[in-house]
Amino acid sequence: MTAAPQTLFEKIWNRHIVRPESSETPAVLYVDLHLVHEVTSPQAFTELRERGLRVRRPGQTVATMDHSTPTTPRGKDGIIPVLDAQAQAQLTQLEINCRDFGIPLFALGTENQGIVHVIGPEQGLTQPGMTIVCGDSHTSTHGAFGALAFGIGTSEVGHVLATQCLLQSRPKTMEVRINGSLKPGVGAKDIILAIIAQIGIGGGTGYVFEYTGSAIRSLSMEERMTICNMSIEGGARAGLIAPDQVTFDYIKNKPRAPKGAAWDIAVADWATLVTDAGAVYDATIELNADTLAPMITYGTNPGMGIPITGKIPTQKDMIDEQSKAGLEKALKYMDLAEGQSLIGKEVDVVFIGSCTNSRITDLRQAASLLVGRTVNPKVRVMVVPGSALVKKQAEAEGLDKIFLAAGAEWREAGCSMCIAMNGDQLKPGQYAVSTSNRNFEGRQGKGGRTFLASPLTAAATAITGAICDPRDIR
Amino acid sequence: MESFKPYTARYAVLPVENIDTDQIIPARFLKTTSKVGLGQNLFSDWRYNDDGTDNPSFTINKPEYQGVEVLVAGNNFGCGSSREHAPWALQGFGFKAVLSTYFADIFRNNSLKNGLLPIIISEETYQKLVASDAEAAGEVEISVDLASQTLTLPDGEKVHFPIEPFAKYCVINGVDQLGFLVSADDDLTTYESAHAPRVNTAGLL
Repeated sequence: MTAAPQTLFEKIWNRHIVRPESSETPAVLYVDLHLVHEVTSPQAFTELRERGLRVRRPGQTVATMDHSTPTTPRGKDGIIPVLDAQAQAQLTQLEINCRDFGIPLFALGTENQGIVHVIGPEQGLTQPGMTIVCGDSHTSTHGAFGALAFGIGTSEVGHVLATQCLLQSRPKTMEVRINGSLKPGVGAKDIILAIIAQIGIGGGTGYVFEYTGSAIRSLSMEERMTICNMSIEGGARAGLIAPDQVTFDYIKNKPRAPKGAAWDIAVADWATLVTDAGAVYDATIELNADTLAPMITYGTNPGMGIPITGKIPTQKDMIDEQSKAGLEKALKYMDLAEGQSLIGKEVDVVFIGSCTNSRITDLRQAASLLVGRTVNPKVRVMVVPGSALVKKQAEAEGLDKIFLAAGAEWREAGCSMCIAMNGDQLKPGQYAVSTSNRNFEGRQGKGGRTFLASPLTAAATAITGAICDPRDIR
Repeated sequence: MESFKPYTARYAVLPVENIDTDQIIPARFLKTTSKVGLGQNLFSDWRYNDDGTDNPSFTINKPEYQGVEVLVAGNNFGCGSSREHAPWALQGFGFKAVLSTYFADIFRNNSLKNGLLPIIISEETYQKLVASDAEAAGEVEISVDLASQTLTLPDGEKVHFPIEPFAKYCVINGVDQLGFLVSADDDLTTYESAHAPRVNTAGLL
C-alpha cells in the first residue's frame, strides 16, 4: 500500500506530533528551535521561576536583542548607548534570564546580534522540515526554508521554554500559486503585497500558506523570506516554500548547518519535503507575476495595497459597510483622498530595514539605485541592516559608502522604525515609505503615516523625495 | 487563572474592522517586564489626547460606558503582532470577553490562555448588538455562559458560540495549559529519545 499523498505542511506536522490531537485535546507538537527576544519573553521566564521549572532544551533555544535596541552609531568606546532606562532594564533582564537558564544570547553590540528572523537563517539554525517558534508574529519568515514556523504569545513562550512543546490545533492549508515571471523593477515584496491586497488581511486566518509556482522557484532565499515574512499580514500564522537547490545552497557552510556526511543525509531528507502530486489543499489562490507592478499601500493595514501606477479605491469599490467604514477611517488617518494617485506624494522619511527587507540582497537593491545619486535633502533616509553580520557584509561590499554618499543614514542593526519602540520613529503627521511589514496607525510612531513598499521603491522615493515608481529612475 | 463563572454584563461597541494589536496596545508600552498595569495603556492612541487627557469622544471614555466588561468589535479583531500584552491590557482594563465575527489566530490563542474569552458571533448577532447599543448606549446587557456556550442577547435571544473543548475546559476550571504540557512528559521523553535534536545552539554568542 502506498501512503496517501501529503502536503508539505502535513509532512512537517506529522513528524512533530508528540501526542496526537483528540476530540478533547489539541496535538502536542514538538518544537525544534525556539528563538527568543527581549520584548515577549520576560513574563515567561517569571512564570518558570514561579513554578520552579527549568528550560528543557537550552541547546535548541537562542536569544537576541533587537526590538528595543538603539540603532544609533557606536560611541568612541565601541558601545551602542542605550538611553532609555526602561529598554535598558528589559535588555538587562534578558541577559539575566539567559544566564540563569543557560540560553545562548546575541547581546547588543556583539558580532552575531540582529533581528531574530535574520539571525536564524544566518547561523544555519533555520533548516527545512523543522518546527520553529518565537514570540513574534513574523516568525513565518523561516517558512521560506520549508520549516513550519509561526509566532506565539508569551504564555506559549513559557510552554516551549519549559517543555519544548506547544498545544496546537491543526490549521488548514492554502496553496498560494504564483506563476509567471517578475518584470524588472518588481520583486518579492510586490508579490506579497499583491497577495495580501487580493485576499485581505484576514483572508488567511486559520490557514498555513504554501507558496508554489514558477515565480516562487525563481526567487532567491532572501526574496522567499520576504514573502513568507508577511504571511501573517494575510492572517496566516505560517507560510511555507518547499526547499530546493536554492535552499540547500544557501544553508551550506552556514555555522550551524550539518557538516560532512550529516550534510548529505540532511539534503536527501530535505529533498523529500515537497507536496506530493495529488495532495489536497483546503484552498488555493493564484496570482500571475507577469502582470505585476511595484506595489504600495495607501491605508492603515497591509491589505490596503495598490499597484504604484494605480489609484486609491473609492467607496464604490468596497463590498460591505465595514469595509466602507474601514476605508474612510484609513484615508482620514492618512489624509489621503479616494481615487487619488500616490505617485508624486511627498514623503518625510524613507526607512529601509526590518525583518522583511533588511538582508544583504535588499540592501544591494536599494544601493543599486542610490549609487552615484543623492537623496532628496528634504527626506530623512534611514538604512538599518538586519544584523551585525549583514552590516559587516554590506560594509565589505562598500554599500555603506554608497548610502552615506547619497545622504542616507547608515545605522546599527535592529528592528528600528518598523516597530518604533527604540526611539527611531516618525513624528505625528509625517509620511514614510517603509520596507517594513505594517502600516497600522501609529506603528512607526504615534500619528505617523506609512506607505509599505519594496527596497527599490523606497530607494527611488528617497531620490525624488516623493513616491516614485522605481522603473522611472534611469 | 481564575475559574470562569457565568455573568451578565454591560458592553461597549467599537464598530471598526481589523483592530490590530498595535491599536489595542502600542509598541512603546511593551518595554515592561511585567503583565501588571497595562490596562491604562489599552487603546492608548485612540483613548487619550496628545496632552494625556482623556479623549471624550472615544467610546470607553464616555460616562455611560464606565464599568463595561464586554467589548463588541468589528471583524478580524486582534490582527497583527503576537504581543500577549493585548489580552493583558484588555483584562487589565476590566474586560472579560471580546465579541467579534472573527479573531486573528494568535490573539485568540493568547486570550484563551488568560481566560479572556474571544467569542465568535455571527454577522447577524453583531448587527443586533450594535443596534441595541445604539438605542440604549451602555445600558443594555448580555449574559455569557461558557458551560452551555450560550450568549443571551439584550432581547433575550440565546445564541450558541463555538469554542474548542480543551480551551473551554481550561477556562471553566481556571486550569492553565502549561500544567497539562508538563504532564505529557512521558510522551515527550519517548519522542525525544526517537528524534535527535535538529540543531545545537550551545556555544553561540
